[in-house]
Amino acid sequence: MLDIKIPSELIIQCMHCGMCLPVCPTYNLTLNEKSSPRGRIRLVKEIEDGNLPITDDFVEEMYFCLDCQACQTICPAGVKYGKIVESTRIKIFLSGKDKQALWKKLAFKFIFASNSTFKFFARVLKLYQKKFKPLLHNLLPERLRQIEELAPKISDEFSDEILPEVITPKGKAKYKVGFLTGCFMNVMYSIVNIDTIEVLLENDCEVYIPKGQVCCGSIMAHYGDIETAKKLARRNIIEFSKYELDAIVINSAGCGAFMKEYGEIFSDDKILKEKAENISRLTKDINEFLYEIGFKKPNAELNFKVTYHDACHLAHSQKITLQPREIIKSIDGINFVELNESNWCCGSAGIYNILRFDDSMKFLDRKIENILKTGAEIVLTANPGCHAQIEYGLKKSGKNIKVMHPISLINLAYKMSKKLKEAEVDSA
Amino acid sequence: MDTKVIHRLEEIVGKERVLTSIENRIAYSYDATPTFSSLPDAIVIPESVEQVSEILKLANEENFVVIPRGSGTGLSGGVIPLPNSVILLMNRWRKIMEIDTENLTALVEPGVITAQLHQEVEKLGLFYPPDPGSMTISTIGGNVAENAGGLRGLKYGVTKNYVLGIEAVLPTGEIINVGGKNVKDVAGYNLRDVLIGSEGTLAVFTKILLKLIPKPQASKTMLAFFNSIKDAGKTVSSIIANHITPATLEFLDNTTIKCVEDYAHLGLPTEAGALLLIEVDGHPAQVEDEAEKIEKICKENGSTDFKVAKTESDALKLKTARRSAFAALARVKPTTILEDATVPRSCVHLMVEKVQEIAKKYDIIIGNFGHAGDGNLHPTALTDERDHDEMKRVEMAFDEIFDYALKLGGTITGEHGVGLAKKKFLPKQFNSATIDFMRKIKEVLDPKGILNLGKIFDFKPKCEGRLPTSREEIEKYSGLWV
Repeated sequence: MLDIKIPSELIIQCMHCGMCLPVCPTYNLTLNEKSSPRGRIRLVKEIEDGNLPITDDFVEEMYFCLDCQACQTICPAGVKYGKIVESTRIKIFLSGKDKQALWKKLAFKFIFASNSTFKFFARVLKLYQKKFKPLLHNLLPERLRQIEELAPKISDEFSDEILPEVITPKGKAKYKVGFLTGCFMNVMYSIVNIDTIEVLLENDCEVYIPKGQVCCGSIMAHYGDIETAKKLARRNIIEFSKYELDAIVINSAGCGAFMKEYGEIFSDDKILKEKAENISRLTKDINEFLYEIGFKKPNAELNFKVTYHDACHLAHSQKITLQPREIIKSIDGINFVELNESNWCCGSAGIYNILRFDDSMKFLDRKIENILKTGAEIVLTANPGCHAQIEYGLKKSGKNIKVMHPISLINLAYKMSKKLKEAEVDSA
Repeated sequence: MDTKVIHRLEEIVGKERVLTSIENRIAYSYDATPTFSSLPDAIVIPESVEQVSEILKLANEENFVVIPRGSGTGLSGGVIPLPNSVILLMNRWRKIMEIDTENLTALVEPGVITAQLHQEVEKLGLFYPPDPGSMTISTIGGNVAENAGGLRGLKYGVTKNYVLGIEAVLPTGEIINVGGKNVKDVAGYNLRDVLIGSEGTLAVFTKILLKLIPKPQASKTMLAFFNSIKDAGKTVSSIIANHITPATLEFLDNTTIKCVEDYAHLGLPTEAGALLLIEVDGHPAQVEDEAEKIEKICKENGSTDFKVAKTESDALKLKTARRSAFAALARVKPTTILEDATVPRSCVHLMVEKVQEIAKKYDIIIGNFGHAGDGNLHPTALTDERDHDEMKRVEMAFDEIFDYALKLGGTITGEHGVGLAKKKFLPKQFNSATIDFMRKIKEVLDPKGILNLGKIFDFKPKCEGRLPTSREEIEKYSGLWV
């Protein structure tokens, strides 16, 4: 049987001080030690030491974990909890003890593995949403109906189909940047991709969109299917290495976090090692990139009360919290309100909300309650999973609050600036 | 443990409130103390004081050990299970039952999180000063059981100074009430103070009445660097001698400064022998006056650099150096052993110098930081529990550290408690009559030895009939053989 060993250095670094307990969403739900990062690490330790076999309850606990990595941010000892959980999930996947493993593998292989099949499924969903939903919706079994409602509206056009491979800005290009269209962003929020590109052009970037790029592989890796994840990563490394780039810009927190790990994943691959490291070094979240290059401040005023939800893979995995806030606050007229528990997981957590709908809703309820307390008209967040989840939660609560990517907001401000300028020219 | 006993526990609290799976037992086999761990037989989650009483009565009948537990962040092994024991899990008792703004008291359940209480009372302009390092998750029940301290101990005292009353269940199941809202109350023995710091060996707390004080109006934060620990020590003595009582008076030694700089990149001078973080609070005029005096005292005592925070965010930056001390040290090596040897505050610099000398002697890394103002130090050994040779040297080093602390008139534990970790040092601090006094109290209240047995000191079993012979039989009475 295939097996992997989780390095004891990773496990022993935990001094079980308990500082992770107050920030762990699952512990706060159950108040049960085994649902805490400290408890899970101890269980993994007992398994690695051979004192405990992989039990059903253990598997359940490892998948109850959102892998939000809030514990990693608070941990005084710098324990790499995400790495422990993800390696353990690979171990479970290989052991055959995960009862959902087979269909997860099939789904990963057939739905995500190529851009064209993913888009095929998206088109089927779009057709369903447009033509059949009113007829069929009430006939679906309850479980399916819940998940169906979770799916945001599929975009009319997929961004990768309308975008050329290279887009040049009006003036002289200062930076050459690669762009990952992503899988969910591409079909569900293709407008966010368009906004991102427009913002990059506005900031003098020449944008490269490799036609052969695929899903980044993060979802497979987080659910233990490292083989499929590596296959996809390899493809992206090759595709993005074709150009001489200053950065690879990502607008989905989860993809950015994972592409920053490519170097480590291929560290024993003689052929790809160097390229993978280079890709990881170049990978930047759009918020991070704009902040670093000193983005242009828009000249228009937008009078909205807004708040910001930190995506786990941005705040905890990539430690990006300041940059999106600075970008939002740079827009005149914006009334920014901090969200209580802004860096608590919303329950989307990759495909957690599909696999564990009921649990996921408990985390979402807490998030929505906090959002409503802010009185904001717009919630900003920089990850498609959180975007869809919070949109769903707000719709269910009956409140008319919009969810947007921070980049869409700043692009709106840029567009307004342009209009104002044109109006000025006209009146002159 | 007999399944019959498990069934009876289930009858008391309900089936879903008794956890016996191996996964759950593993998850309650430890607390925050390095190297100690042992499996409990079950975890019982009571909902009411009556249930707690029933459980304890059953324990007396069936002879098993009961270990009350909050969040499990203790640093002396106070909630480490024993053979034939159940964990009595109190962390779901999270209600703040009353905040009395006329008498300035708060009535809470024992599972209330310390930091949450801070938040709630501060909303009303009130203040609950005890702030142990684990306050974001530690429970009030645990704080009272260990008589926890914190950064504000010098000016505001520790947990015991804020406990007014306790509702508790005795080891034999009787429910008692001690203390109350009265500022003055001399009716009978002061039993409240016997329960505070009893480390879960004398009673299970079910309600706690706390004293609150008005929140200070203003505060000012300062950071001073020194070439040597001696200069910093002289500064501390001089501040106190000048009749200033800062709310915070914390120090970091050179090893800790280096680790903090490596970790947090704050621009600290890594050649500095020591730094002091000083915070004064109170009336704005008094704060200004004291801050000025402190600056003068620091400079007179050879401070090489002195910073005063002008804004709140400035203050936060200065505090980061002290706040990240533990995190910075914990990252260096896998095993972090945090101790709390405490000395009269005039001896702080002697103790710090001795710790450095001992670390050198045994060739180990010990970072030292802590509450210079109240003499409570945190010598922290950075090691690897897999390296048995080094662990042995760490143990010998701490033996010497505790001996020296006692020689200076100090104590083996300032705020963590004795539990299992410090048990062997207790006879060094007290003569046998004093320990016997403690033991007698325990024996009278808990004749069968069912409540957190074997913590603080060993319990001498009273035997009727033949003497126990097998290890299994003996362990039943005296807990772990540590």
